[in-house]
Amino acid sequence: MPEPVLAPQADVDAEMAAITGAYEQAGVVETQPRRDYAPYRSSLLRHPTKSLHHADPETIELWAPCFGPTDVDPLEADLTVQHTGEPIGERMVVTGRVTDGEGRPVRHQLVEIWQANAGGRYVHKRDQHPAAVDPNFTGVGRCLTDGDGWYRFTTIKPGPYPWKNHRNAWRPAHIHFSMFGTEFTQRVVTQMYFPGDPLFALDPIFRSIVDPAARARLVASYDHDVTTHEWATGYRWDIVLTGSNRTLTETDTEDGDH
Amino acid sequence: MTTPSAPLAPTPGQTVGPFFHYALPYPGDRDLVPQGSPGSVRLHGTVHDGAGAPVPDALVEIWQAGPDGRVVQEHGSLRRDGFTFTGFGRASTTRAGHYDFSTLLPGPTDPGAAPFFAVTVFARGLLHRLFTRAYLPADAPGASAEALAADRLLASVEESRRTTLVATTDAPTPASAASGVLGLRFDIHLQGGSETVFLAYPGH
Ligand SMILES: [Fe+2]
Repeated sequence: MPEPVLAPQADVDAEMAAITGAYEQAGVVETQPRRDYAPYRSSLLRHPTKSLHHADPETIELWAPCFGPTDVDPLEADLTVQHTGEPIGERMVVTGRVTDGEGRPVRHQLVEIWQANAGGRYVHKRDQHPAAVDPNFTGVGRCLTDGDGWYRFTTIKPGPYPWKNHRNAWRPAHIHFSMFGTEFTQRVVTQMYFPGDPLFALDPIFRSIVDPAARARLVASYDHDVTTHEWATGYRWDIVLTGSNRTLTETDTEDGDH
Repeated sequence: MTTPSAPLAPTPGQTVGPFFHYALPYPGDRDLVPQGSPGSVRLHGTVHDGAGAPVPDALVEIWQAGPDGRVVQEHGSLRRDGFTFTGFGRASTTRAGHYDFSTLLPGPTDPGAAPFFAVTVFARGLLHRLFTRAYLPADAPGASAEALAADRLLASVEESRRTTLVATTDAPTPASAASGVLGLRFDIHLQGGSETVFLAYPGH
């Protein structure tokens, strides 16, 4: 098969700039990515064209699956100890609090992450980026939030990587995050980025969130209080889930023993 | 207690991307009950894109009540013990865009309610997750045409699109007759003429 002809970055930049311009003109604040965002080519046939249908959540949708100590080994929160040797790269800690839209902590709930290694390579059979696989790094972690909604992972800072969206396309370094809330409607999968990444302006996935303040909510901050002496750098990233519709009971609001 | 205040701005979503297969799937993820076990059902279908092509890199999750209609709050979805029904399952699509769950029929959560599976869809190319419902068809045990007709959400959807929210019963096969496992089919169309009705909840 002949290689498809890929658009240059400048074409994609122009498309993104046009969408940004129209957004600023419209003056209506958006908080989520657009599913219909043509500069991200894979979205073209995979976004609904009809508007979403309003639904009032019913019983099952007002609750979320429940995870506990049987589900997650505490060691799964440290991505640097899954093999016999030390992984290569910058050891780092990322920690933050998961809350709902009212600021209430999401307690004892599952957080899953996955990421590329320091060279920007995933342990995935479809990743063809010719960068080294690190035999000491898989890049998958899980943890449960604590009684106050905090999560914490020790990992290696991921590298940026190329992809085939357009010519010379590179993803800013990121960690994929998957979260459950206290109810089904809060389920979200997203990506956490690092401050000051020069690839932000060029990346159609990041920029599918057309509002700059909303985009900034995906960027962790460097936190020297999280950094540990002679061990790891530290990043802080808090997560706010969409508002909760259920009137919370005592089990949700007290830090129970479960 | 916290006093209610203006909602905080939510953390935006992003696509699940192409590389989730070594992270999100886990052994037993799609088997809420062991395959073929007595009383189990198969909930399955194909995820399609706007050209009708199957989506081989989608992830479908279900969340459901137990057969008695009660919401389950049991641990153990990630490490199935073969006995505990947790109500949660996760299935990545095959190269043919197909997903498959082995589960139990959800019961009505309220008297007379039409039972459904709550469904979440993720995919490469899909920038933010989508929610929908897969209602039990009228001929499934515990379901009825009356309950479906009385359902508030279904009634609020234009008639021509209502069927996208209701699973269909598979025709019996020699294998299904032998095992007694009922097959329910729920295809998902991300775009196009038969586009699935996707849901927005308050606060989204
Ligand atoms: Fe990625």
